[in-house]
Amino acid sequence: MIDRHSTGPGRKHTLSVLVENKPGVLSRVTALFSRRGFNIDSLAVGETEQPDVSRITIVVDAAELPLEQVTKQLNKLINVLKIVELEPDASVQRQLLLVKVRADSVVRSQVVEAAGLFRAKVVDVTPDTVTVEATGSAGKIDAFLQVMEPFGIAELAQSGLVGLSRGAKSMTSMARSRAALPGVSGPPRPSDRR
Amino acid sequence: MNNSEKFAIPRPPGRRPGQSAPTMTGAQSLVRSLEELGVEVVFGIPGGAILPAYDPLFDSTRVRHVLVRHEQGAGHAATGYAQATGRVGVCMATSGPGATNLVTPLADAYMDSVPIVAITGQVATSMIGTDAFQEADIHGVTMPVTKHGYLVTDVDDIPRVLAEAFHVAATGRPGPVLVDIPKDLLQANTHFDWPPRLELPGYRPTTQPHGKQVRQAAELLATARRPVLYVGGGVLKADACGELARLAEASGAPVVTTLMARGAFPDSHPQHVGMPGMHGTVSAVYALQRSDLIVALGARFDDRVTGKIDSFAPDAKVVHVDIDPAEIGKNRHADVPIVGDAKAAIGMLADAYDPEAPRSRMDTWWEELTDLRRRYPLGYDRHADGTLAPQQVIERIGRLVGPEAIYVTGVGQHQMWASQFIRYDRPYSFLNSGGLGTMGYAVPAAMGAKFGKPDTAVWAIDGDGCFQMTNQELATCALEGIPIKVAVINNGNLGMVRQWQTLFYEQRYSNTNLGTHGPRVPDFVKLAEALGCVGLRCDAEADIDATIEKAMAVDDRPVVIDFIVGADAMVWPMVPAGVSNDHILAARDVRPIFDEDDC
Repeated sequence: MIDRHSTGPGRKHTLSVLVENKPGVLSRVTALFSRRGFNIDSLAVGETEQPDVSRITIVVDAAELPLEQVTKQLNKLINVLKIVELEPDASVQRQLLLVKVRADSVVRSQVVEAAGLFRAKVVDVTPDTVTVEATGSAGKIDAFLQVMEPFGIAELAQSGLVGLSRGAKSMTSMARSRAALPGVSGPPRPSDRR
Repeated sequence: MNNSEKFAIPRPPGRRPGQSAPTMTGAQSLVRSLEELGVEVVFGIPGGAILPAYDPLFDSTRVRHVLVRHEQGAGHAATGYAQATGRVGVCMATSGPGATNLVTPLADAYMDSVPIVAITGQVATSMIGTDAFQEADIHGVTMPVTKHGYLVTDVDDIPRVLAEAFHVAATGRPGPVLVDIPKDLLQANTHFDWPPRLELPGYRPTTQPHGKQVRQAAELLATARRPVLYVGGGVLKADACGELARLAEASGAPVVTTLMARGAFPDSHPQHVGMPGMHGTVSAVYALQRSDLIVALGARFDDRVTGKIDSFAPDAKVVHVDIDPAEIGKNRHADVPIVGDAKAAIGMLADAYDPEAPRSRMDTWWEELTDLRRRYPLGYDRHADGTLAPQQVIERIGRLVGPEAIYVTGVGQHQMWASQFIRYDRPYSFLNSGGLGTMGYAVPAAMGAKFGKPDTAVWAIDGDGCFQMTNQELATCALEGIPIKVAVINNGNLGMVRQWQTLFYEQRYSNTNLGTHGPRVPDFVKLAEALGCVGLRCDAEADIDATIEKAMAVDDRPVVIDFIVGADAMVWPMVPAGVSNDHILAARDVRPIFDEDDC
């Protein structure tokens, strides 16, 4: 039996899903994950260079076979145009972090220096806190948070991961050419057995 | 005399290119779209939000509306109509409770891949999200149980959305589609343009099977010593029964037909070894369990067929033909996956099969299956206490009414007996709720089937529990001239649940006695008469045939027969839930041993 939680080692997969930009589509996509028993680690959605197409980037923890199943189920959704798994080596993946760190005048310079090491930006300062903006891969964001932790984190917000494949190809244009509308002159009548 | 000629009103001339499309309301656009789509019947109930649609519907000469008594009835009627005719069934309801009453039939149609379109009224656009009177987010509610859904936001979209809904419902793997239309859009003005351009860039079902895969499958089939064709409902959906017969006869392989595929291959054919699964025949369960090659055709390795999946058919390679790529490998690994339309795939398989392949390689296999068929035929015992055996009642109905009729069942013991003891030799002659297991399916689905096939006898085989869930639609049948027959197999109990209590809960009959025997509440004969039907009762073996014949003689009204049967009859064979198919029980305490040395 294909147990979606135990077949093979689970690992994080990043799915880039192009969908029609229509109301209710995000609901359908996320509902499918919960209905089929998958947890979404992170999710980001936004318009693409084509205003009628949105990109949903989903990070999911799953083994190969269950991932294949959820991808097939996603593909069945009428509003889903194309799905690509972004492999870490062949793609650029970034996350945005905003973190408010407790830092008075004594440790502020240490926080700012550490942020500099991660090429993070200080975006707000109060007498007691420093708010830092960092972008990077999930690994870099984790490492940066570890460094900030000892100062004391007052609050943080993270975006979902977004990503693009490396190289010249464009997923959106490929989806578009494949999905070229057939010259349907009217809905075909279903077969009538009478 | 032709009235329309006599009182002819000059019609506006047909629209010429360059002229603007006719102006009408959204409601008129909806009804015109249904007419253009060839819809002949809508099952539904009006209410506040859908009311504007009912006004032009009143005038339509091409679309007939059947006023049901509960929206669930409308949904199942649409399903029965679709399953009997192969066309898209349509149901209509108002917003809020009207729409939520459609959830069960939508889920039912989704599980059994039936093409229906549900049209619901929604509160006015400006009221959406305000918890308005009779507001429910039916598009959101039905997302997990529909193939697709729409909330219409622009009145001009109505024709396109309906055309897309019908297209999506009927193509690829069929399924239910919901179209939710706010009341203000039904009242707004629009231009009607037909045909609309479909905008479905993400919908491209694969229908053409891969030739290389088909050849590989044909080679496997030509060398398998213990092959079996595992036929599911997809073969009926694809209208592929002719191709199936060709493949079966070319290969000489045994055939099993699932609950959703009964009739797809004739029961009387010598290669048919029965229905597999929890209540399948011993020979059919064995044919899958001990095969070396399962050729799954439009079937989905449902748990009711496979039993405990880890131990299912351990030596079998699998060829899996399905139009839905997500079914391939979902429950069981496919060695040769074939994604495509079953009609095309099975036809290609039959063509690619090597006619020279020696049939003798299957001799041992056929000997084993024939032996099992002989030793474990389907059967039942007459009851010592003199009560009617339900199996006998159902068997007699099948014999007297014959293979040309359509049989529609509810869910439970009577459903299994109807699949076992009626011989199905014709496709689309057995309709039931297989996937969702919806009690109450029979009466409204029979109504839909009878509407679609008015010249065919339609018999609902129902249980006393199921019948009490949806019998109000008999009033619809009586008033709309839809003369179905309903055989209530009345054992006074929720029979299948009681059977499990007998077998697994030490005969502690918690809440399964319905009182339709002892206190006889309700009295089904009186109930039938109150609903405008003929009511008959039969409780003696000697009267079975005469009662059935009496019912057959009535054709101007629906007939209900209350068959009072014994409460203790059980469905056999049985594979208890969650165990291996190896542990099939042919009857209570009778377990065929599938070990190699025994066969």
